[in-house]
Amino acid sequence: MKPAPFDHVAPATLEEALALLVEHGENAKVLAGGQSLVPVMALRLATPAWLIDLNRIASLAGIRQLDTGELAIGALTRHAAVERSELVARANPLLASAMPWVAHTAIRNRGTVGGSLVHADPAAELPAVCLACDATLVAQSVRGRRAIAAAAFFRGMFETALGADELLVEIRFPAWPDGRRHGFIEIARRHGDFAICGIAATVERDRAGRVGDARVVAFGVVDRPVRLAAVERALAGTDGGEDALRSAAGAAADGLTPRADHHASAEYRSELLPVLARRALAQALTPRRR
Amino acid sequence: MNAPDRAVDRATHVGTPTVRGEDQRFLTGAARFTDDVRFERMVHAAVLRSPHANARIRGFDAAAAAALPGVLLVATAADLGEVPVIPLRLAPLPGLDRFVQRAIAVDRVRYVGEPVALIVAESRYIAEDALDLIVVDYEALDPVTNIAQALAGTALVHEAVGTNVGSHYHVARGDPAGGFARAEYTRKERFRCHRHTAAPMETRGLVAEYDGAAMRVWGATKVPFFNRRLLAKMLDLPETAIEMIETDIGGGFGVRGEFYPEDYLVPWAAMRLRRPVKWIEDRREHLMATNHARETECELEIGMKRDGTIVGLRATVWADLGAYTRTGGGVAIARVPQFLPGPYRIPDYACEVFALHSNKTPVGTYRGPGRYEANFFRERLLDLAAADLGLDPAALREKNLVSAQEIPYDIGTLVPFEGPNAYEGGDFHSAYRQALAAIGHGSLPAKGAVIDGRLHGVGLACFTESSGAGPSESARIVARPDGRYEVYVGVTTMGQGHETVFAQIAADELGLPVAAFQVFHGSTSHVDEGWGTYHSRAIVVGGSAVKLAGAAMRDKLIELAARRSGLPAAELRVGAGAVLRESDASTVLDVAELARAAAEGDAEAREATHVKARFDIKMRPYSYGTHVAHVAVDPETAQVEVLAYVALEDVGRVINPLLAKGQAVGGAVQGIGATFLDELLYDEAGQLVSGTFADYLVPTSTEAPPIQAIFLEEAPSASNPLGAKGAGEGAIVATGAAVANAVADALAPLGVKITALPLSLNNLAASIRAARRRA
Repeated sequence: MKPAPFDHVAPATLEEALALLVEHGENAKVLAGGQSLVPVMALRLATPAWLIDLNRIASLAGIRQLDTGELAIGALTRHAAVERSELVARANPLLASAMPWVAHTAIRNRGTVGGSLVHADPAAELPAVCLACDATLVAQSVRGRRAIAAAAFFRGMFETALGADELLVEIRFPAWPDGRRHGFIEIARRHGDFAICGIAATVERDRAGRVGDARVVAFGVVDRPVRLAAVERALAGTDGGEDALRSAAGAAADGLTPRADHHASAEYRSELLPVLARRALAQALTPRRR
Repeated sequence: MNAPDRAVDRATHVGTPTVRGEDQRFLTGAARFTDDVRFERMVHAAVLRSPHANARIRGFDAAAAAALPGVLLVATAADLGEVPVIPLRLAPLPGLDRFVQRAIAVDRVRYVGEPVALIVAESRYIAEDALDLIVVDYEALDPVTNIAQALAGTALVHEAVGTNVGSHYHVARGDPAGGFARAEYTRKERFRCHRHTAAPMETRGLVAEYDGAAMRVWGATKVPFFNRRLLAKMLDLPETAIEMIETDIGGGFGVRGEFYPEDYLVPWAAMRLRRPVKWIEDRREHLMATNHARETECELEIGMKRDGTIVGLRATVWADLGAYTRTGGGVAIARVPQFLPGPYRIPDYACEVFALHSNKTPVGTYRGPGRYEANFFRERLLDLAAADLGLDPAALREKNLVSAQEIPYDIGTLVPFEGPNAYEGGDFHSAYRQALAAIGHGSLPAKGAVIDGRLHGVGLACFTESSGAGPSESARIVARPDGRYEVYVGVTTMGQGHETVFAQIAADELGLPVAAFQVFHGSTSHVDEGWGTYHSRAIVVGGSAVKLAGAAMRDKLIELAARRSGLPAAELRVGAGAVLRESDASTVLDVAELARAAAEGDAEAREATHVKARFDIKMRPYSYGTHVAHVAVDPETAQVEVLAYVALEDVGRVINPLLAKGQAVGGAVQGIGATFLDELLYDEAGQLVSGTFADYLVPTSTEAPPIQAIFLEEAPSASNPLGAKGAGEGAIVATGAAVANAVADALAPLGVKITALPLSLNNLAASIRAARRRA
């Protein structure tokens, strides 16, 4: 389990990194935390000729809140920093509650938010959170910057909208409205393993206490995180009580063809969808529960 | 004679919780494992392994690999000349010797991971680059990937043998047919135990160095003397020209230290190149190349009276041994029929056994071989029978456990390569009741009681466990001029803490603190002969040898002191590094001074300060105990939480309660983890699907449930002077049984039937789904 020979280059600035991407293109892989890339290189499933190491580019890491109330997280920010951030806990409680589910402690200490999003593992938590929150993923290349909506970013298993010359540099989460509640739950064989099925949900109520905007995202089930539109529709306008939840969550598997692997059959994933959707929504709608 | 100035250590170290002396180096990174062995001019080996489960090798093109800068050696079977066969070390079930493996594949590969070429290069990186450059022309053949295919025999793993049945035999005791004739109720079920393995933290590894006359091999463990004998024969060297050296070892559990193909290939390469060669197995290799274990199916039938009295048991057992018979021979498979009747009064019993070969990685022994499987089969059937008869599973066990009055209990000859055996002593009911009391059995929510949406269940499993395999073990104690003592043993140690335990035993014999002793183990240079560490024998047999050596040194010192001082031996005792006069504790003979005299040529002094002893064990110690599990199952997600677990075992004599507890907690966690997680899965093409730690899941601290480890000392073994029985395996052997029974108890209201392991989320969800569809 030793990687094939490669050249390692660690640019000090984003501009240099972008230029290197243009120069080496398809022959290069970008190294951030290395928690997914290095194992596949050790197994020689990936054999890049060049490794462009971003770890010297300090400006790519950091968590800040913009005047607009948006939460901006640099792509090179380590999971552990997000997990421990008081700002994140205030500004996006869904993201905060998802972080302890991201792999294992050692991986969170090194792995990065951007790395996880760009890797686009269908079982990963962060893509689901981005989708549930309508996050914007900011990409940069020598051609300039562009903002990509989460809904357009994840295109399939390990597949994103990012061009070969582009780097993900920042993730922006819209301001979290007062009164929005959230739920997050997943099933994995061991805590921290790849999710077999998970749900990230946000719910708002209107003045009358009826369910207004609801976002219910499933991950680990198909080739990318997906919003469960049927559940969201069925929930809207209800009182958010137990019967309403059970009824709405019952539609969670509608229209989905879950994948199957040796950890979980498609049937098992189909069974988990309504159960986890109901439980995530119950977390969100249980009074005063954060 | 000196003044009475000696403080005598009268503490009894055996039985006292004693912190491992090894901890300092293990916990500070100062331990020296195999990969820490480094030499000037050392080069690195990598093994090309078959990507096919079953294929003919039509040819090799290794030219590009050989031409790669930094590559020193590319070897296939053709380069090895007469490729040696790796024979059985023990457990020669009839027929198994037809299926032994060669040190490298010759014209044919029979499992994914079988060595087909060896590369040695200046670095492991270059060696792996070279692996990618070797082109092998394979002709893929249909593989045999499961027990049914192996039995059908349409494809053969070894055509020349003409069958996939490695061994087929019957064992019985009493009158099985007669027993069943008396039955008022019978129940037959087919059970399955999954293929998994030990997955020690440190993978296998070797460093070999040959200087033209002598071969030294680092990384030996488990059975270095046997492996030396074998290697000497294979390399045509005198045994004394080979030294096997045990480094610190990061876990063995039975799979590490047997003689594998690499144990020949690496020393062979060192001899060929005259440079030190290192090979460290990586985790991907480990999961496909190191022994697998436990894949067994069993059809088990029980005959009972309506009141739950067992009158007969009969079984057919099929085990998948993989592509070849490894050194462990038929140990694991033969222990299944041996332990199927367990601790119960079952005079009439029969079992038919099929040891089968397939195109999968060969199997070997793994902590509690055969027992984990057998206990699961039997204990599960007992619960199914109890449910049929409307009996309480606890009462059913109470009724059928062999009573203290029936001990010793003859268990007959259930193993073809062993003689008759008997459970030697003890009170199974006492252990059973104490285990139930420890968990609060009876007051726990069970039988599917719903709390916060989860169904609770309690499961029981009783077991017996053998240990202390013979024939013997030897030890040597040397008193040094600086007042310290060296203990040399022939057993090996993989992290259990034997250095501390052997020091405790010697300390008691010589009236000294534990810290006075330094223990040397595992290398072939320490004693003349050693058998090794397996079958929970290191303390039972090796520890007894240390005790005898300590006692012999004590007696020799007293005898010499008596002779030299003229005092009667009865008035002398040994303590605090001296022979002391009993009456006033004055020093009669100083041991350190005696050691100095020995170094200067005093033959008498040498005899008393260099003492050897050998312990021959004549009968086999049997421990026994009960496990109890309390679980909660989420019926919507199939998630199981083990809320409480009691692992209780009578081990005769606990030498170090601290380390014994560590063994038990570790064993229980390993077994419970295997019951839910560990699984070596193959697809129809014979490819290993769970070949990395992302797919082969082992329990971590997060998954470790609360374990109550309890040891009883109610029945010291008569087989050895310590009274000890093995304490390293009892905590794993009933985990599958107790956990499966608890989960089945929890899911009983849903009608879920559990007859197979593992209880993975996917499997348990499927069982729940099947029950709901039936309902």
